[in-house]
Amino acid sequence: MLIAATLAILVVMIMAIMRVFIGPTLYDRVLAVNMFGTKTVLLISLLGFVMGRPEFLDIAIVYSLINFISVIGVLRYSDHFIFKQSGQSKK
Amino acid sequence: MDAFIHISSSLFLLIGSFLCLSGGIGILRFPDFYTRMHAVGVTETLATAMILIGLILYNPDFLVDVKLVIILLMTLFISPTAGHALANAAMLNDKMQKDDNKQNSEVKSSTS
Amino acid sequence: MKDLLAVAMLLSIYGLLSASFFVAMDAVDVAFTEASVGAGISTLLMLVAISMTGRAEHPSRHKPLLALAVVIVTGSLLIYGTLDMPYFGSAEAPIHQHIAPRYINDSMQEIGVPNIVTSVLASYRAFDTFGEVVVIFTAGMGVLALLSVVRRSPVDIAKIVLFNDAMHERHLILRIVTKIMIPFILLFAFYVQFHGDFGPGGGFQAGVIFASAIFVYTMLFGMNTARRVINQSFIQVLAAIGVLLYGCVGVVSLFNGKKFFDYSALAIDPVAGQHLGILFIELGVGLTVASVMVIIFFNFAGRNETPRNSDKQDL
Repeated sequence: MLIAATLAILVVMIMAIMRVFIGPTLYDRVLAVNMFGTKTVLLISLLGFVMGRPEFLDIAIVYSLINFISVIGVLRYSDHFIFKQSGQSKK
Repeated sequence: MDAFIHISSSLFLLIGSFLCLSGGIGILRFPDFYTRMHAVGVTETLATAMILIGLILYNPDFLVDVKLVIILLMTLFISPTAGHALANAAMLNDKMQKDDNKQNSEVKSSTS
Repeated sequence: MKDLLAVAMLLSIYGLLSASFFVAMDAVDVAFTEASVGAGISTLLMLVAISMTGRAEHPSRHKPLLALAVVIVTGSLLIYGTLDMPYFGSAEAPIHQHIAPRYINDSMQEIGVPNIVTSVLASYRAFDTFGEVVVIFTAGMGVLALLSVVRRSPVDIAKIVLFNDAMHERHLILRIVTKIMIPFILLFAFYVQFHGDFGPGGGFQAGVIFASAIFVYTMLFGMNTARRVINQSFIQVLAAIGVLLYGCVGVVSLFNGKKFFDYSALAIDPVAGQHLGILFIELGVGLTVASVMVIIFFNFAGRNETPRNSDKQDL
């Protein structure tokens, strides 16, 4: 069952990567990256149990934190561009 | 009792993987950003919770369980917040672009 | 792909993926570092850099074909070189014969730290790690020398309050959740710092996690507020103190009649001395990494924020 769940998550990760490549807007990409990060957290915790090394969970915690931080960062700095672009297009 | 816990853990993992897959199909197949947001946002928290609960049931070690609960709580905190921020930013962006277009067309109509 | 933001996003995914590989290959500490540095901090710094330079890639004037040919030739040469290497995981490989068995067999008696990676990093190869710390410190100094922001006018408190209110309206939920999360992130950083002897982790990772908590605070509460919370000159002194602490441990062991960075001189019992030395060294590494990351981020993002404060407020 663990292995089946791992495989399902791998498939979902591939789907998320496809969305990052085709995603028409920036926000699609951010959404896909966020999803990818959450799935990585799950993948790592599942892998820890599949391989019998539960100390992998520390890495999963770091991931969930880092994921949050990078999503906030992307949104915060994408704001800059929108302001800049709208300012330029007004001129 | 043991068999019961094992079966329920498998069940949780199964539901979790199913939700994950449906979210993945949703992010690929839905037509625009907000529907994709819906697909991911709805499935992500529940799928993560299901898989983590399945792992908690699977595993007898107390410390590892505590770590799993920490991950679960963090995910329940973080992914709705990230989703909210994302949808908010996308909405603002759309609004601003619309305003821009309107202004541009007004400028064009006034000059012509 | 011309949109640099999308490229930064792919870079973050690459970081996540390669960390998954490291996890699958059982290299927990490397995966930890890759998770915190590759996926988190480097993406953030890349974003800040992009927000300073512009989002679209410049159209290249020269043809990329020559570069492509060079890359292909080099790559095929490298692949040709791997043909001579021993098979992956084979026991006869030189890396498994040379020095690794000694580390694996003796480190428990000599160092007494369960995580062999930490004992190799901080004790056997302490000199190399010292080099790494100095490199990080030098990077921070370089950023300070090149980019340090000279503030001409003193900050207007009323302006900060205005900016704060505007931010507060827009990012209310984010701010509250971040306020709840930040103490736990800092706590987790300390856990990683002091648990490095027993599990994955150590000074580098802890420093980066600690710095990323400060980054989030800065991003959501504005540069000026963060400047008032975190004193810049104090951070700079802290970066130097980290390197000094590391070096001093080596000098103390030198004065006690052992080799440079031979920590068994630090206490009467050699194993206790090793423990003490590793603790101090990880502390020095963590201090330097965290403060250098904060210095780099503040100088990058501060350049970005100072001229544009005014037009942000009217939004």
